[in-house]
Amino acid sequence: MSDEMPVRDSVTIVGASLAGLRAAETLRRDGFPGRITLIGDEPHAPYDRPPLSKQLLAGDWEVDRISLSPTERMSGLDLDMRLGQRATALDVSAHTIDIEGVAEGYDCLLIATGARCRTLPGTEGLAGVHTLRTLDDSIAIRDALRSGPRRVVVVGAGFIGAEVAATAVGYGAPVTMVEALPVPMGRVLGDTVGDVVAGVHVDNGVDLRCGVGVDEVCGAGRVESVRLSDGTVVEADLVVVGIGVIPNTDWLDGSGLTVDDGVLCDETCLAAPDVTAAGDVARWPNPRYGEVMRVEHWDNAVEQGAHAARRLTLSDEEAEPFSPVPWFWSDQYDRKVQLAGRPRPDDEVSVVDGSFEERRFAAIYGRDGRLTAVFGMNRPRQVMQYKGLLERGASWSEALEFAEDQI
Amino acid sequence: MRVVIDYDLCESNAICMQIAPDVFEVRDDDFLYVLNETPGEDRRASLDEAVQRCPKQAIRVED
Ligand SMILES: Cc1cc2nc3c(=O)[nH]c(=O)nc-3n(C[C@H](O)[C@H](O)[C@H](O)COP(=O)(O)OP(=O)(O)OC[C@H]3O[C@@H](n4cnc5c(N)ncnc54)[C@H](O)[C@@H]3O)c2cc1C
Ligand code: SF4
Repeated sequence: MSDEMPVRDSVTIVGASLAGLRAAETLRRDGFPGRITLIGDEPHAPYDRPPLSKQLLAGDWEVDRISLSPTERMSGLDLDMRLGQRATALDVSAHTIDIEGVAEGYDCLLIATGARCRTLPGTEGLAGVHTLRTLDDSIAIRDALRSGPRRVVVVGAGFIGAEVAATAVGYGAPVTMVEALPVPMGRVLGDTVGDVVAGVHVDNGVDLRCGVGVDEVCGAGRVESVRLSDGTVVEADLVVVGIGVIPNTDWLDGSGLTVDDGVLCDETCLAAPDVTAAGDVARWPNPRYGEVMRVEHWDNAVEQGAHAARRLTLSDEEAEPFSPVPWFWSDQYDRKVQLAGRPRPDDEVSVVDGSFEERRFAAIYGRDGRLTAVFGMNRPRQVMQYKGLLERGASWSEALEFAEDQI
Repeated sequence: MRVVIDYDLCESNAICMQIAPDVFEVRDDDFLYVLNETPGEDRRASLDEAVQRCPKQAIRVED
């Protein structure tokens, strides 16, 4: 054991998914000798979510390919895995956690309970209406798509909705995608780039309806149609709702933690003495942006899981802020989309590689003389290069110069 | 130390290239190239990070 690691007997991690598992792996890799308990309420061994809307949903992969915990990776980690068990309460001043209603003590706690899908009011119990977050969700939607050509309505053109639409098109199903914003992802990418993303769906035959909401999902017991706010009615056998997520913090009522759209942490991911949070459930002030944020991306769960785990073994003086440049990818049809940074819809945009027409390009975003983001469509190398510039805090002119040099 | 890529899984998103540019390179043909298949022990921390952060779990490091 290294000198700088104060002796802690054990770490309890709640949420046995990406952030939680990577936290456990980090502790062991760093030489943490104590007991590590991983508690998760899903019955399944930890699995990866991105394929749930892609390869698994498409039927290209079977369930065994999405495991996050293959034997060769788990061997030697010596984890005390408690699957199918839910944390039901926490008391940070008493250092106790309730598992399935039974209180037990903890030394250090890492909260990685992620998020669940927002649902459309009034659709509870209506067959054929789905959200997509878990393995079981993905299998249910896949089975519905497999059972023949179905009229699919996707509500929400965010990344999950877009991927579901793309995968459903692959089954030959007629797909209508409904988006409340005038341009899909316009609020993130701005209208110019958002229009290109929209164009990819239209090229692939999706009936894209923007600027309209859903007034009602109709059907007796099983969905039959969706009534939109412009009065039109779209017939549907299968509805997939992708309208965002809610952090899983209900079990933290009365815990002593501050919960406000996620578990509020300090810059170092500490939520209370001996308690940290990571992944989709964590909200923290990212000093790079001077902004309190919650990031719902795969890479963030990995990095923050590792950071929050190490934080538990460090003193306040040793602890470092968590200041990543957010990054994610999304696969739609044959396009790989990636975004790094924090663009705003009214940032300046410059295409630095390829072109919108080819649907193969990298575009950089800038504001106040600074580079703020890079978006790429089938341009992974370029996205990573500009992500490097973002991490260095490059100026807008530096980024443009870099682009010049690449030609 | 030996770097092994499962090219059936790799989707060339270049995360590994950002972490260890001396070992990984995604070129303009959008394929990943391993520049150094047997990096020295001093690169272990970076390679471990690349293994962790590869979204496709496509990288293995063999001793
Ligand atoms: C369909 C889909 C596709 C995605 N695709 C991409 C992509 O292409 N690119 C990208 O960057 N990101 C993608 N993401 C996002 C990425 O998967 C998430 O950011 C990541 O899973 C977050 O990990 P997490 O561990 O923080 O939370 P989660 O993965 O949500 O895990 C939290 C776990 O905690 C459990 N839990 C909750 N409450 C309790 C409790 N009280 N007690 C015990 N256990 C509890 C949950 O059941 C769950 O297993 C996708 C997500 C989904 C759903
Ligand atoms: S990070 Fe993984 S998927 Fe991405 S290029 Fe490297 S090996 Fe391939």
